[in-house]
Amino acid sequence: MSTPTRVTRREFLETAGVVGAGLVISFYLPGASRLRAAPMGPFAPNAWVRIGADESVLLMVDRSEMGQGVTTSLPMLLAEELEADWTKVRIEFAPAAKEYINPLFGMQGTGGSTSVRAGWMPLRKAGAAAREMLVAAAAQTWKVNKSECRAERGAVVHGPTKRRLTYGALAATAATLPVPQDVPLKDPKDWKILGTRVRRLDTPPKVDGSAQFGIDVKVPGMLVAVVARCPVFGGKVASFDATKAQAVPGVRRVVQISSGVAVLADGYWPAKQGRDALEVKWDEGPNAGVTSGSISRLFAQRADQPGVVARHDGDPAAGLSTAALRVEAPYELPFLAHATMEPMNCTAHVRPDGVDIWAPTQFQTGAQGIGAQIGGVAPDKVKVHTTYLGGGFGRRFELDFIQEALEASKATGAPVKVVWSREDDIQHDLYRPACYHRLAAGLDAQGIPVAWTHQIVAPSIMTRVFPQTVKNGLDEEAVEGGVGMPYGIPNVHVSYVLTDTGIPVGFWRSVNNSFHAFVVESFVDELAHAAKRDPYEYRRDLLTKAPRHLGVLNLAASKAGWGTAPPMGRSRGIAVWKAFDSYVAQVVEISINGDGEVRVHRVVCAVDCGPVVNPDTVEAQMQSGIVYGLTAALWGEITIDKGRVQQSNFPDYRMLKMAEMPEIEVHIVASSDAQGGVGEPGTPPIAPAVCNAIFAATGKRLRKLPIGKVT
Amino acid sequence: MPAISFVLNGRSRTVTVAADTPLLWVLRDTLGMTGTKFGCGVAQCGACTVHVDGAATRTCVLPVSSVAGKHVTTIEGLSPNRSHPVQRAWIEEDVPQCGYCQSGQIMAAAALLAQTAHPTDADIDEAMTNICRCGTYQRIRAAIHRAAKGA
Repeated sequence: MSTPTRVTRREFLETAGVVGAGLVISFYLPGASRLRAAPMGPFAPNAWVRIGADESVLLMVDRSEMGQGVTTSLPMLLAEELEADWTKVRIEFAPAAKEYINPLFGMQGTGGSTSVRAGWMPLRKAGAAAREMLVAAAAQTWKVNKSECRAERGAVVHGPTKRRLTYGALAATAATLPVPQDVPLKDPKDWKILGTRVRRLDTPPKVDGSAQFGIDVKVPGMLVAVVARCPVFGGKVASFDATKAQAVPGVRRVVQISSGVAVLADGYWPAKQGRDALEVKWDEGPNAGVTSGSISRLFAQRADQPGVVARHDGDPAAGLSTAALRVEAPYELPFLAHATMEPMNCTAHVRPDGVDIWAPTQFQTGAQGIGAQIGGVAPDKVKVHTTYLGGGFGRRFELDFIQEALEASKATGAPVKVVWSREDDIQHDLYRPACYHRLAAGLDAQGIPVAWTHQIVAPSIMTRVFPQTVKNGLDEEAVEGGVGMPYGIPNVHVSYVLTDTGIPVGFWRSVNNSFHAFVVESFVDELAHAAKRDPYEYRRDLLTKAPRHLGVLNLAASKAGWGTAPPMGRSRGIAVWKAFDSYVAQVVEISINGDGEVRVHRVVCAVDCGPVVNPDTVEAQMQSGIVYGLTAALWGEITIDKGRVQQSNFPDYRMLKMAEMPEIEVHIVASSDAQGGVGEPGTPPIAPAVCNAIFAATGKRLRKLPIGKVT
Repeated sequence: MPAISFVLNGRSRTVTVAADTPLLWVLRDTLGMTGTKFGCGVAQCGACTVHVDGAATRTCVLPVSSVAGKHVTTIEGLSPNRSHPVQRAWIEEDVPQCGYCQSGQIMAAAALLAQTAHPTDADIDEAMTNICRCGTYQRIRAAIHRAAKGA
């Protein structure tokens, strides 16, 4: 192997990061964005704000950046109250520490579209307290009354004399003052940053290749590992022969770990070649006979069993039996892989005195915990260095890839970077649960629903991840969207049959909402049709007591021109859904070509997420969530045969591309209601909106995803 | 193992690796140039796109031996300071979300614009086949049109 003839900036920083306090990713804006080690400012009043004598404003980002914009939105919360000069703001990803626990989780992690909601009060308060200390420092310096001083753009100004001292000049004095409690927050009408279209702080390093993702981490002496895992879920290694793997030039070690056999080499390519040459005999375990067909049959059988009650209003049985018209339908959805652009990876170094983990992770507390467990050290000896995440979508809340790096490092003593191939990623995911739903509704003579029953047959993610939350067979996460059915119907019964299929399941962007929106919003469309009503007007009339649903529904319908003729050859569909405390309605325009292929031309999206931090981010996240959900609705399906995933890579797990991209318009409701998240709520409504449009076009009701070809 | 020489971002480089090693892994693991990304390993997603003698090329299946004597440009070499019109347009439109695919998207867009100064939407659909899981396609399209006007 050749060695580079010069030390690049990045290599220098990687080394500096390893020997220094941590892997520091930060940059100045605008202009000279360079990865650089952050100086620790003298003024550090809390866990998030560091102001240096050099005027640097370093803000700690304690959530993982996976595209959703937290490296900008969270600093905006701090900077607004801090009255920081935004052009001086730099960011750094926070280490694993109790100060950074997500108050909505009780753990340090990123998910559930919680970041802005969780930071909304604490970050603004942290910024305000820091600002008050800087103002007090200026007043003390000038020997004037604090009330005569004000903060603006990174400086304190004395009103009567127009004297001015920058934050950098005040930092040392401010650091000697007590931290004030409960400083009043600014009136929203005085906001300068919040609610405006602030450019993302992470764009510059993402256009020149300098942004460091987990897969880019390089540590001196590091080996790269590729792992052979049992193709059948739940299987394990029976025996292996490493002779051929070790014959590959560059392969250094072959070690067994709990997930399989790790081949360690000088780089990914020899490790992959070694892994492919490795001979492993697998004990395939109890799932070797599982197929998609056997899972579907299991679901249908389980649907006949009584479920645990998740919601019960009125007398649904009587409502159904006395209804003028009864509508029934089964729905079924497939497993889905996350397919983040950056394949799973993690770098770990397990030493007797401590552990370092460099990872694109959504779950720092979990990484620290497993590092302590495998390293045999106290959690505070485990340093978690969060890199940029090349997509998360819930996949990186898992710890499997972190565990592999830890075990391989422990077994060899070397720092190890585990890298998954795309095939590994598709075939060893923790999937969006496949599930089955049986619905029935009774309509009165006017077509108004008087009863609604919904039997949910689905695996439970929480049983694996947080088992203490599952009580008496009821996983409240798994049933959430069914229970939350928003329409004004007097008699409702929602029940659940927890059903394990042997296929591991995990959090997938919007979690249960991704299937419940499809089921509920398709079925209500069926009811509108049975009632011979317009599907928008039917929903509207049933949402009179759900004002925020109604608000986005009306806005999307109006912006989309609902009620006017769609462009020639196109049909419209509509859906509305609440998820993560935000309300989203979407109207789509589709056409179907002679081969039965569905083309989505336009999506009009209305969102009410309460107070908006950055409208540009809200728009981007709606676009992103729609593409993610649309890709899955059109083509997404993980199928199982002999306990194995049949798909392996993008050729057979199809992704939406530029040529298939609809034109998406996002309309944000001006709202001071309770705040919701935006990373996930764009995803759920798109599948039912598209299927409802297909029904409008063809009269064919799709009750099973993916859509594939409509024939 | 043979010594293979090529011009990388204007500088002559020589590496001694197995001749069938994909250029992607030579760039990332041997030369430490990690701006070019690994996404699929089967030339489907385009995260690994660089320019080989000016043409957008997916490097995850490209043996390094095939670039011997050629000029290779990676995202790190597109401009010294993010001043390439495509990079400027990407910043103006705030295109990236997670950012992982964007090196490849930018290299594909730069190659498109070098060939077709004012691409139509159809040209963009045809040339831009890289995958973005964050769904930034609408902004990529806007950024390409902006770059065509000089960003």
